[in-house]
Amino acid sequence: MTEQQNLVEVKHLKEYFQINTGLFSSKPLKAVDDVSFAIRKGETLGLVGESGCGKTTVGRTLLHLYKPTEGEIWFNGKQIVTKQDILEYRKKTAMVFQDPYSSLNPRMTVSDIIGEPLDVHKLYASKAERQEKILDLMAKVGLNSEHANRYAHEFSGGQRQRIGIARSLAMGPEFVVCDEPVSALDVSIQAQVINMFDELQNQMGLTYLFIAHDLLVVRHISDRIAVMYLGKMVEMADAREIYDHPLHPYTKCLMSAVPLPDPKKARENKRIVLHGDIPSPLNAPSGCPFRTRCPYATAACAESMPEFKEVSSGHFVACHNMEKFN
Amino acid sequence: MALLEVRDLRTSFFTPAGEVKAVNGVSFFLDHGKVLGIVGESGSGKSVTAYSIMQILEKTGRIVGGSIKFDGQELVGAGEKVMKTIRGNKISIIFQDPMTSLNPTYTIGHQLMEAIMLHTPRNKKQAYDRAVEMLRLVNVNEPEKRMKQYPFEFSGGMRQRVMIAMALACEPDILIADEPTTALDVTIQAQILELMQSLQKELGMAIIMITHDLGVVAQMCDEVIVMYAGSICEQGSADEIFYNPKHEYTKGLMRSIPTVDNDDSPLEPISGTPIDLLNMPQGCPFAPRCDAAMKICMRQRCERMQINDWHQAACWMNVKEAFEKEGGDAE
Repeated sequence: MTEQQNLVEVKHLKEYFQINTGLFSSKPLKAVDDVSFAIRKGETLGLVGESGCGKTTVGRTLLHLYKPTEGEIWFNGKQIVTKQDILEYRKKTAMVFQDPYSSLNPRMTVSDIIGEPLDVHKLYASKAERQEKILDLMAKVGLNSEHANRYAHEFSGGQRQRIGIARSLAMGPEFVVCDEPVSALDVSIQAQVINMFDELQNQMGLTYLFIAHDLLVVRHISDRIAVMYLGKMVEMADAREIYDHPLHPYTKCLMSAVPLPDPKKARENKRIVLHGDIPSPLNAPSGCPFRTRCPYATAACAESMPEFKEVSSGHFVACHNMEKFN
Repeated sequence: MALLEVRDLRTSFFTPAGEVKAVNGVSFFLDHGKVLGIVGESGSGKSVTAYSIMQILEKTGRIVGGSIKFDGQELVGAGEKVMKTIRGNKISIIFQDPMTSLNPTYTIGHQLMEAIMLHTPRNKKQAYDRAVEMLRLVNVNEPEKRMKQYPFEFSGGMRQRVMIAMALACEPDILIADEPTTALDVTIQAQILELMQSLQKELGMAIIMITHDLGVVAQMCDEVIVMYAGSICEQGSADEIFYNPKHEYTKGLMRSIPTVDNDDSPLEPISGTPIDLLNMPQGCPFAPRCDAAMKICMRQRCERMQINDWHQAACWMNVKEAFEKEGGDAE
């Protein structure tokens, strides 16, 4: 993998939030703790994990919506450092949010919602050009041109998500962070939106970071998948590889916990049921964060965080005892 | 006689914009110790069906027709007094959101004991013992310590366990679970489903599992009801519904979910948007979104037909197929 193929690269990214624990004391909440990965041009990287594992924070920090506590973000072979860099970077990146009900301003018409990024960056010469661009975007996401002057509340969840996607595409981005874009939608609508993500990627050569907790959806849309647990990345590999041969004990549990929509397979499926809950990120365990729930944990796990290393081509895992149980 | 018999249940909400027929002629039976799944999209009437059985509808909602018989006793029109002996004692319900279904100002122990003392003739000491026993049953560690804690000290999965403990404290015959794992993470969902399965075997109760997740249905249910726009479009054993769907909506649902085997081909979504219950079409409610819709589908609703001993569906396509088999002209 050479530098040029990578569109986005993250090195040792850390994002800590200071949480007040008393009147005069505060403690860092390590939402993202030393995460490194790269996303290749034109691919979809799926990011999965339980709530509170830091996957949304990764997406937001990646776009500089939060200022990273530490670490480097590279885009197109250039590090993003200065304010000017960030401004330029934001023109080429975009975000699609989870909740299509709260991410659209109820007092703006659809054309104003989609046109707002164009207004901010002054990307048109005349009103007619603005309108043309908006209608073009609406057509791309399968919205009717007569919807342009309506308000968000007049649309169903699936259509609202289309509006949100049109808005994120307004700047002609190269890289889009999709934060749980289909989890608020009904099953029959989900498939429409997933297919649209696929089509837009083919048409416009987009690169996605696709954050979701529905593993079947992520598997369907992603080329590669990364798994996070309590602020750390524990495994990353090709989508098929990670489903067929998960190596990290957490990934194994996660994969076996997915309820398969197939009664015969569900009856045969041997689930590895984890005990206990995910620990609070304020009191994260020492060493490997998963050791408190891991069936294979040893003394070494409490001492140090295992290295995130490549075990076979493109398959990264962070586990001390991997050889023992695989 | 079945434990629960629902016949032609109709529940409407009376809004300023008009009557919304949320449940429109639903019939099913539930036997002792069976797990029945009800699937459908939001607005299909699956939750309202459950709330109608418990009679905990919002003020604007009313059962306008049909019958619900529990153990031979008619519940529609039976009045609050009778319902109070049913709710919690005979039929219990757990809700989707464990965050809001517990009172944040009382301890877990207080809330559990309150439920137990309300429904059984136990005194405070006995209720305490029973509450601790129930917490232990649902795998809550250190139940004595947990009894003194408040809901905010519990994680989502733990709260849902408390809700299950509360629902099962009076040993109901039927447990209604309304999207019990939708708000939870996959690994916690696996824990809760496992727990429900083992408790169901241990206590021998019947479960009505309401969900939109076909994976959960496949794992938990003996029998499945598929609902669309307030009515049942298909009903049958889990294997029949998953491997031999006979309603165009069910077929569409099965094609539109990503599975482990179809990750290379694009998904086949159901076109269009969910139905507006205020403007119901005259014929089959799914016809406007159905790719296979025929003229008759727009004009007239299909009655439920028996496909085989374990399977019923309400779709004109089955009539057409039967006709074609006999060599007739379908149109």
